[in-house]
Amino acid sequence: MRRTPLYEKHVRLGAKMVDFGGWAMPVSYPTGILDEHRATRTAVGMFDVCHMGEVHFVGSGAAATVQRLVTNDVARLENGRAFYTVACLKSGGIVDDLIVYRLQPDHYVAVVNASNIDKDVDWFQEHKGAACDVQDRSEMTGLIAFQGPGAAQALQPLTTFPLDQLRTFSFATDVTVAGLPIWIARTGYTGEDGFEIFCDAKDAPTLWDRLVDAATTAGGRPVGLGARDTLRLEARLPLYGNDLDQETTPLEAGLGWVVKLDGDDFIGRDALRAQAAAGVARKLTGFVMTERGIARHGYAIFDADGAAVGTVTSGGPAPTLGRNVGLGYVPTRLSVTGTKLSIDCRGKRVGAEVVSGPFYKRGRK
Amino acid sequence: MSAQYPDDLYYTKDHEWARIEDRDGTKVATIGVTRYAVEQLGDVTQVDLPKEGESVKAAEVFGSVESVKAVSDLFAPLTGKVVKVNSPLSDSPEYVNEDPYDEGWMIQVAISNAKELEALLDAAAYQTFLREQAE
Repeated sequence: MRRTPLYEKHVRLGAKMVDFGGWAMPVSYPTGILDEHRATRTAVGMFDVCHMGEVHFVGSGAAATVQRLVTNDVARLENGRAFYTVACLKSGGIVDDLIVYRLQPDHYVAVVNASNIDKDVDWFQEHKGAACDVQDRSEMTGLIAFQGPGAAQALQPLTTFPLDQLRTFSFATDVTVAGLPIWIARTGYTGEDGFEIFCDAKDAPTLWDRLVDAATTAGGRPVGLGARDTLRLEARLPLYGNDLDQETTPLEAGLGWVVKLDGDDFIGRDALRAQAAAGVARKLTGFVMTERGIARHGYAIFDADGAAVGTVTSGGPAPTLGRNVGLGYVPTRLSVTGTKLSIDCRGKRVGAEVVSGPFYKRGRK
Repeated sequence: MSAQYPDDLYYTKDHEWARIEDRDGTKVATIGVTRYAVEQLGDVTQVDLPKEGESVKAAEVFGSVESVKAVSDLFAPLTGKVVKVNSPLSDSPEYVNEDPYDEGWMIQVAISNAKELEALLDAAAYQTFLREQAE
C-alpha cells in the first residue's frame, strides 16, 4: 500500500488505518468518527489529503488545454482564483471531478481524486493541445485541509498572510505557514469554511505537527476518512466512484452549474447539449430516511408503488442532523421534493423522502 | 469501565460474548459484542435485534449493528428463545460502545442446548484467537 508523508503521524496518533484505493489512510483516530465530525462542525478538523493528485498545465497553450478538458468556463478564471468542475468523456460521462486553480495565464493546476491520478494524467496527456506541458506533481506535493468555523482564527497566528482577505475559492502563493513555504486556498470538502494548504511533500510532517497544535488549541483535531465522508455527505458534496463515474453525466449528477454549454468547446459538450435539450432521464437525488434504517451504497431504491427505480450511491448517518440520509439516481419525475421512496435495507423496505439541497448548510457569518 | 475481556464470559470467533445464569433451572444467556468488536465497528448508530419470543440459532444471524461506516451481522453464540431485549439500545446505541459488557448487552436467550457452551471460547482462548488474527 502507498503511504502519504504523514503515515507515521497517523500511526503515532493511534489512527485506525485502512486501504483506500491503494493508499494506507486513517479512517478514524481514537476518539471516533462522530467526535471528529462534531469537531469539524464546531471548531476545526484537519485532514491528510496528500494522496490527492496535483496536475500542472504549463505553457502558452495551458488555458486552451484546460478548457478542452473541463466543462466550466476557464476564460472566467483570474489569477489566484479556482473553480470546481468536471472532466468528461465524449459521451458526457465523468472522468473525474476536480478543482482547477489559475496561477498565471500560462499555468493552471488541477487537484484530482487520488484514485484517478493515473487515469486523469493519461486522459489529459492524450487530449492536450499544442504548447502545453502536463506535469503530474502529486508525489512531491503535500496537501492538508484545515476546516471548520474556527479554522481562520486558529490558523492566523501561524502566518502573516491576512486570511480574512482570502475569499472562498481564492488562493495565494508565496505564503508561509509555520515558517514553511506553502500555497493556501479557501476551499474544502466538508461544507464548512476552511483552507487547503499545499506544501512540499517533505515539509508535510512539520506542517502537520504545527497545525495539530493550532487545531487542538482551538478545540479541534485530526479527522479521518470516516468523518470526511459523513461531512461531505451532509453537505451533499458528491464522491467520485460512488455518486459520479464514467456512466453518469454532470447534468444527471446535479452539477449543471459547472457545465457551461454556451462557452468554449470542451470534450463532451455535444453529448451534454443533447442531453440538456432532451431533459435528463434520471437525477442524483437526496433523501432522508423517514423510518428506522440506514441506506448504504448499493442498496436498491423503490418508488411508492414498490417498483425498483434506482440504487443508493451514498448513504449513512448525518450526525449533525441526527437523521439518516442518502443519495441515489432515480427517474427525474421521482426527484421532486417530498416524493416518497423506500430503500431495501438488507431485505427490509424502509421509508425515505426526497429532499432538495444540502442536508446540512452552515450558518452565514 | 469493565475489563477488556471479563473472565466470567463465553466468547465466539465472531466477537460476541455470552454470560450464563441459572434461573429456576433454565440457563439464560445474556448476549452482546466484545470490546474488540466495538473497537472495529467504531461509533454504533443503530442496533437491530429480534423480538421477545423469537428463536435464535447458534452461529446464525440474529440481528445487525450499524456503525457510521458499515453494517455488520450479529451471530448467536447459542440456540434458544429470546426472553428479553435491551430495548434502550434503540434510542441509545452508544451504550454498545461505552459499556459493551453491561449496559450494552443486546438480548437474553433461554438456551435450549447447554452442550453448545462447549464450543465457545473462554476469555483466555478468545484473547489468544485475537492475537493470532492480528498476526
